[in-house]
Formats: sequence, structure tokens, C-alpha cells
Amino acid sequence: MTNSAVQQSRSRDLDKLLLRPGNLVEPAFEPGPGLREDLKELVKVLVVGAGGLGCELLKDLALSGFRELEVIDMDRIEIMPVDLALSALRVLAAICLVFIITALLEDVGKPKAEVAAKHVMERVSGVNIVPHFGRIEDKELDFYSNFNIIALGLDSIEARSYINAVACSFLEYDSNDNPLEETIKPMVDGGTEGFKGHARVIMPGVTPCFECTIWLFPPQVKFPLCTLAETPRNAAHCIEYAHLIKWDEVHSGKAFDPDDPEHMKWVYDEAVKRAELFGIPGVTYSLTQGVVKNIIPAIASTNAIISAACALETLKIVSGCSKTLSNYLTYNGAEGLHTKVTEFVKDKDCLVCGPGVLVELETSVTLEKFIGLLEEHPKLQLSKASISHRGKNLYMQAPPVLEEMTRSNLGLPLFDLMGKISKDVVHATGTIITSDKKISCLRKLRVVFKGVDGVADMDTAGGA
Amino acid sequence: MAEPKTKYDRQLRIWGDQGQAALEKASICLLNCGPTGSETLKNLVLGGIGSITVVDGSKVELGDLGNNFMVDESSVGQSKAKCVCAFLQELNDAVKAKFIEEYPEALIETNPSFFSQFTLIVATQLVEDSMIKLDRICREANVMLIFARSYGLTGLVRISMKEHTTVESKPDHFLDDLRLNNPWPELRRFAETIDLDVSDPVAHKHIPYVVILVKMAQEWAKSHGGTLPSTREEKKEFKDLLKARTVAADEDNYKEAIEASYKVFAPPGISSDLQQIINDSSAEVDTNSSDFWIMVAALKEFIKNEGGGAAPLEGSIPDMTSSTEQYVNLQNIYLAKAEADFLAIEQRVCRYRPVEDEFNSPILSELQKYITDEDYSVAVGFYILFRAVDRFAANYNSFPGQFDGAMDEDISRLKTTAVSLLSDLGCNGSTITEDLINEMCRFGASELHAVAAFVGGIASQEVIKVLYLHNTGLVKSFRGSTFDFWCSKLQNLVLEP
Ligand SMILES: [Zn+2]
Repeated sequence: MTNSAVQQSRSRDLDKLLLRPGNLVEPAFEPGPGLREDLKELVKVLVVGAGGLGCELLKDLALSGFRELEVIDMDRIEIMPVDLALSALRVLAAICLVFIITALLEDVGKPKAEVAAKHVMERVSGVNIVPHFGRIEDKELDFYSNFNIIALGLDSIEARSYINAVACSFLEYDSNDNPLEETIKPMVDGGTEGFKGHARVIMPGVTPCFECTIWLFPPQVKFPLCTLAETPRNAAHCIEYAHLIKWDEVHSGKAFDPDDPEHMKWVYDEAVKRAELFGIPGVTYSLTQGVVKNIIPAIASTNAIISAACALETLKIVSGCSKTLSNYLTYNGAEGLHTKVTEFVKDKDCLVCGPGVLVELETSVTLEKFIGLLEEHPKLQLSKASISHRGKNLYMQAPPVLEEMTRSNLGLPLFDLMGKISKDVVHATGTIITSDKKISCLRKLRVVFKGVDGVADMDTAGGA
Repeated sequence: MAEPKTKYDRQLRIWGDQGQAALEKASICLLNCGPTGSETLKNLVLGGIGSITVVDGSKVELGDLGNNFMVDESSVGQSKAKCVCAFLQELNDAVKAKFIEEYPEALIETNPSFFSQFTLIVATQLVEDSMIKLDRICREANVMLIFARSYGLTGLVRISMKEHTTVESKPDHFLDDLRLNNPWPELRRFAETIDLDVSDPVAHKHIPYVVILVKMAQEWAKSHGGTLPSTREEKKEFKDLLKARTVAADEDNYKEAIEASYKVFAPPGISSDLQQIINDSSAEVDTNSSDFWIMVAALKEFIKNEGGGAAPLEGSIPDMTSSTEQYVNLQNIYLAKAEADFLAIEQRVCRYRPVEDEFNSPILSELQKYITDEDYSVAVGFYILFRAVDRFAANYNSFPGQFDGAMDEDISRLKTTAVSLLSDLGCNGSTITEDLINEMCRFGASELHAVAAFVGGIASQEVIKVLYLHNTGLVKSFRGSTFDFWCSKLQNLVLEP
């Protein structure tokens, strides 16, 4: 009997899934010990975000056969003095970092990514988790290209949008505009709001990317100032009154800093006064933080459910051990319990995951002129663009050292800088303005030079 | 879409005070602390549950390190209940944590009174026989019970309670239920206290549109023999009347009133969908009726009597331009009506069917309907297979595919077991696909961490909802559900036949 051997294995349960053939699996599934070892040794997973979702994700992935994990997050563990006085545990539970309560004393002030990595490694032996403390925008593209799959546990649309653009920038198309499989960087994305959540699978070029379905995230509702000033009707109105109106009245000239606990406490106290005045219930310190910092309230159980779904999809995508979610799961536990899977379709003209925006140029156009054209281009409207071609920086707006190093390229024709080829993809990072907000974004451009060999077939492709 | 957000805020507010108090008072007993059980409790401990008691008779094996976050290297060979309990305690020292090193099955057999000390039992990874016995014990003792089970890529969560009021959940659009076409006396009286022709321009532009529409509709009805606008011309005329009332260009409340005027035009009463359900003969209930139909019957009675032809009011109102005072008053009027409606429904008690009845005398028509429905067939297939593997285990002392080497034999045995189960249930001729049977054998009773975390997450969320509702008497609907993951279309199925 081989029973005893199976019983003694750490991967006792996972082996059933990875070692046995099945009928309802992905075509590429190759069951066997080799697959299990590949997951352990070869597959690198990046977890973006080390908050409620990210911590759960790390734990779930560490117990789903993955050994090489990295996590990036820009926040430190912070404990608000008022909350501690109130009820430390309840507030911590609301932040719902899996490990934070254990971490309470020794880890306050440390980066979340570091603490999360440490705690998972302590518990699950053999797992190696590299934490990165910093902004996702500060990492080179190369950093992201190292991973087989990226799992997102984020609460901001901008951050999702950025990582999505990075993953899509690796995507290449063949001459028939079909995505090249080896250039697809899969992503798994989760999000929660109260009792509701979603988990989705993004295979750039195959399933819709974040930008294809950006309409799923409606713009934030802003309250009119007169409502705040004259007719508050709920707790959020009182908080925003204290934050947007009262603060400026009292602290003339001093900017409100959401990360300063004393500022937050002041806003909270003012909001409480305001609420009492109008007989409005529900102003709490955590709600104040939530409204001011635009934090979406989270519940531990929903984070657990959504992270688990994301971890499972990660395992399925990498191993093929079961059919992958196609492609968007919504969970709603607010009333009764409902789950739904929707198969969204890709926007073939998507600026991010599509074959790229076609830009036709004369061979004489200089890099400087080209950067100017991007600002005028109706589909792009990209200002202050930095340009890279095949991983090489042609021009960088910042930091100053790089700007100086690449400045001399500005006067040279782009055709020459790209090695005198008729067409190729270049990446441009710049800023665009949407709904009065400047955001940085990465765009893929298909540059085609007029009057050079091989242009004829590109014309037809570009016209499609 | 402002409404769902408003409602969600309300939930959080509830969660913030009473919900937390209910959680802190609760005493939970967990049966079996594999990953499914450990993950369920983890979420509850993080949420600040009052006390936990972990019951498990097994020792930690090497394999447990691969799927359970609440054990580590040093736990191997020790009591699993003890180790899991210690790690859970570490998460939150305000929680009272205890463990009992004993197999739940043994407790169920020899010490049924043990369970009566708890608020709620979370029973994980139990087989059918123990589920039935435990359900009987808990009903007798009036202890709430939630079953959770992970099995390969599938899972199951089921709530069982002796008596609980349920009201069907309402889709989001019900939130728009403002009763402008049929205001109840309190709302009408409130509207009467407000003068639409108030001379103060600030007061004029802060009259909530609900009040404007209620008053204007009343005015219209007076001059139109008691009817509301129904033809296109009348609707246009009504909107023009609204426009004529505007005294300044910046009166958002009148703009909102014009936008929402269709709510006045809608015929009062219940939707045709609901009408159809109520007219269904199954709404005539007897002791064999499913909870759903008992609920429908209660709803039908309500509509006929207290409701005066309308369904119970949901009670939340969207944000709107208004003075604070008038908005808060409106909120209270709607909430009071909703609470009165809930009370009326609550008196018509619904109940969860005992697990034993579900297993031994299922409601055949529903089961058959689901088996043949493409959207549900996979989930029902797994539901049947969950029962088949337990029967298999009772006969052969192991689960199908639990050990390597006998896969082919197990597959054909499971198939035979499933066929005979279906026939015992009265579903002759129905089949489970080979693919599902194969898949269930491949799973081999494995408990994968990610699946356990999903199932445990749902179980913990249901615990919170049940605890909260139990303590406040507010009601929402729950259903037992099975989940399956293997399939690209993750489904959740209502199985409370
Ligand atoms: Zn796209």
C-alpha cells in the first residue's frame, strides 16, 4: 500500500488535485509530481497590496503549493491612538489584517508587506516571501516581468489601473493581431466592499483587461458643498463638513494631512459635534477615516472569501488543474447569499490591452516632435511622455539624472533611435487628465514609418 | 446608483453597534478543526466573538501543515484542537478560547446535552449520519447550527435552526419602493405639515421631492376623480405642473421630483412576477411545504391583510435634496412602516426544515427541476454526490478516491451508489454525469486550503448574520447552499428542498 507515504506528505490534500488526471481540467494540465515541484520551485507570484486582501492572499497562496512569493505595499502598520482607547481589537479587526493582532506591539510602524511576509513564513515552513516596501510606480518594468502571475489585493482604482497597464505592456501581438501566448502576463484581481466582493481573472489579450471594463467602477460621488454646510443628512456629510469646510475655517493656511492622527482626531471631534447638533447618528472614528481617506469599509469574512477565490484561480491558471473562472465572479452576502459569474468581453480597441494605438510617422520626425504629437493625438492626449523602446529608455522626463542622460536623443529622428526598422512597438508613460484629475499612465504605441519596406501590410492592419 | 450605497451604510451602522454586541455575547462551538473549521473561526475571532470551544479528537499530521494555517511544525503529533485553539487565541486575547480533545461523532452519540450550552454550533466535515443526529439535538435544545464542508473543489454551507422567520431578500430595485403612488396615512400626514408655497426661498428649495410628489399627486387625484396620471398627456401635464411650481433655477428638489415622477405613475400593488408566485398552488402550504413556500404564504397573507394590497416596505430612502430635519423625519416614517410590516410578517413563522426531512423526504418536484436546469445541474449534481460519498463511506469505510490505487473501482462504485441514491429519492431516470463522478473521486475527500478558506469565509459571514438577527429580531433570508469551484461557472445553489 502506498497509503502511508501519501499520508506522510505535506501536500497530502493538494496532491489529489495535482497528481491525478481529470476530465474537467484545462487542456494544458499535466498531472504528476513534476507539476507539484514546478509550482514550488519555478513559479513566482507577486501579491500587490498587503492589506486585508493581500495578507489573506499570501496565506492562501503559501498553502496552495506556491513557495516563491513576493509582496509589495507602500503602507506601514499604523494604530490610531483614539482607536486604541476605544477598543483596539475591534478596530484592528476592522482593518482585518490576518496577523495584525499578533503583531500589535512589536510591529507597529513597520511596513505591512514586511510584517505579513514574516508572519506567513513563520507559520508555513519552506515558503519564501520577499517583501517590497514602496510605491508600485517606483518599480522598473523588469521587476514585474519576473513573475508568472500577479495577484491584486488593492482597494484603489488607480493602482489597479497601473498594474493592469504594466502587465498589458508585456503583451505582444503577431502580424494577424493575435496575442502571442508567451507574452501574456495573467492577473487575478479581488475587491471587497462590505458584504459584497468580486474576483476576476485577466489574461491580457484574451479576456478583458481592467481598462476594457473600467465602467464597472463608477466614479466617486462628491457631496455638494451647500449640503455639507447647510443640510447634512448622514454621518458622511458631517465628516466631510469637518474635513472640507471647518478645517480651513479654523486652520487657515495649514493643509490637512490625512496621515496625521491628530488631524484625523480633530476632524472626528468636529464631526461628532456637528452630528449631535443635527441629531444624526453614526459618526465613528473608523468611519471618519474611511470617508476622509476614501477607504472602502471591509469585513474580514468577505476578504477571506474573495482572497480564497483569487488564490484558487491563481492555482488553476498556473497548473491547469481545473477550468479557470471566465471571467468575473461577483459575491453578495448582503442579503441572503448570491454569487454570479459573468463572462465579460474584451474591447478590441482597448488602449491598454489592444494591439496598441497606431501612430504613423515620417522617418524624419524627431523624438521631441514625436512627444509633442502624443499630446495632440486625439486618442492619447498624453502629456510629458517618457518613451522607451524594447526596454531601452529613449527619453525620460524624470529623475533629473536620467533626463540629462537621455536629453540628447530629443533632437534625433525616432526612426534612427528605433534602429531604422519599418514598424515596432514603443511604450510611452505620461499624464492624462480625466475628470479634473491628473493621472499617470502607460500607453502602448504601434509606430509605423511611412515609405519604408513592409509598410503596406501594416496599413491594412492599422485600418482594422 | 446612490441607493445601494445608502443601504450598505445602514448595514454597517447596524454592524457597528448591535451586531458587535451580539457577536461579543455569543458562545460558539466548532466541531472538527481542519482548515474549514479553523478558517471559519479565524474570521469570527478577528471580528471579536465572545467565546469559542474547539472540539476535535485527532492529532496533527504532516499533511495538516499543508492545508491548515492554524498549526505549524511544532504541532505535529499533538492534539489538533489544542494547537488550533492556541493559534486562534493568539489572534485576539479578548476571546475566551477553550478546546476539547474528543471526536465530535463520539460527543453526538454519548453526550448530546453537551451542545445545549452554546449559542451556535459550527459543524465542519461531518458526514450525513452525524449531521442528522446533531440537527435533532440542536433543534431540541434550540441551539443554532451551521454545517460547513469542503471536499476537493466543492463545498457546502447549510444553516439549520428550529424556528426562524425568513423574508425573501429583495433585489436592489425594491429600494426604490417609496409608495408615492399609494402613501400610507403617516406619510400623508407628514406631507400635510409641509407647505409647498412657503415664501422663504431656502425652505422652498429644501422640501424633499418625496413630499412634493405625495402632495402634488393628492392634488391631482382631487381634480381627476381620485385617479393618478396614466396617459402620456396626463403624465406630461403632471410634469409641467411640477415645473410650474419651481420658483428659482437652482431648485434641485424639483428637478429630482420631475425625474422621479414616474414613481407616481406606476400602478400601486405588487409586481406581476410576485403576483404569479403568490397565485401558485404551492403557496397553499402544509407541513411538507418548503420554507420558501411557507414564506410566500406568509407574504400572501400580509398583502391581503395588513399590506392592503402592497408588499412589506423595505424602509430605506435614497439621499435627496432636503433640509436635515425633514430628511430625518422622512427616514423615521419609512423605517417605522418597514418595522411594522416586518413584525406583521414575523408572526407568520417560517422554519428551516430539519436536515433529516431534507435527506429522507426531499421535495421531489424542486429537486427534479434543478437537476434538469442547465444553470443548476452541476451544483445539484455535487449536492447528490455529497450524499453519495457519505453513503459510500458508510459501506466501504473510506471515501471514493481517498487512497491511490483503487480509482477505477471507486469510480464505478460511486456511480452505483449515486444511481441507487437517486432512485431512493424517487428521481428515477435522473443521472449524474460521468465527469462529475470522476471529479468527485479525484477529489478523494481532500480539504484544500483555498476552498476551505472560501467555505469558512461564507460560514463565518452567515454566523455573523444569524447571530445579529437572532438578537434583534430583524429578518433576512438564508438558504442552505452548495458551491462548486471546479467549474468555470462557479454557482451557488439553493437547496433547501
Ligand atoms: Zn483592455
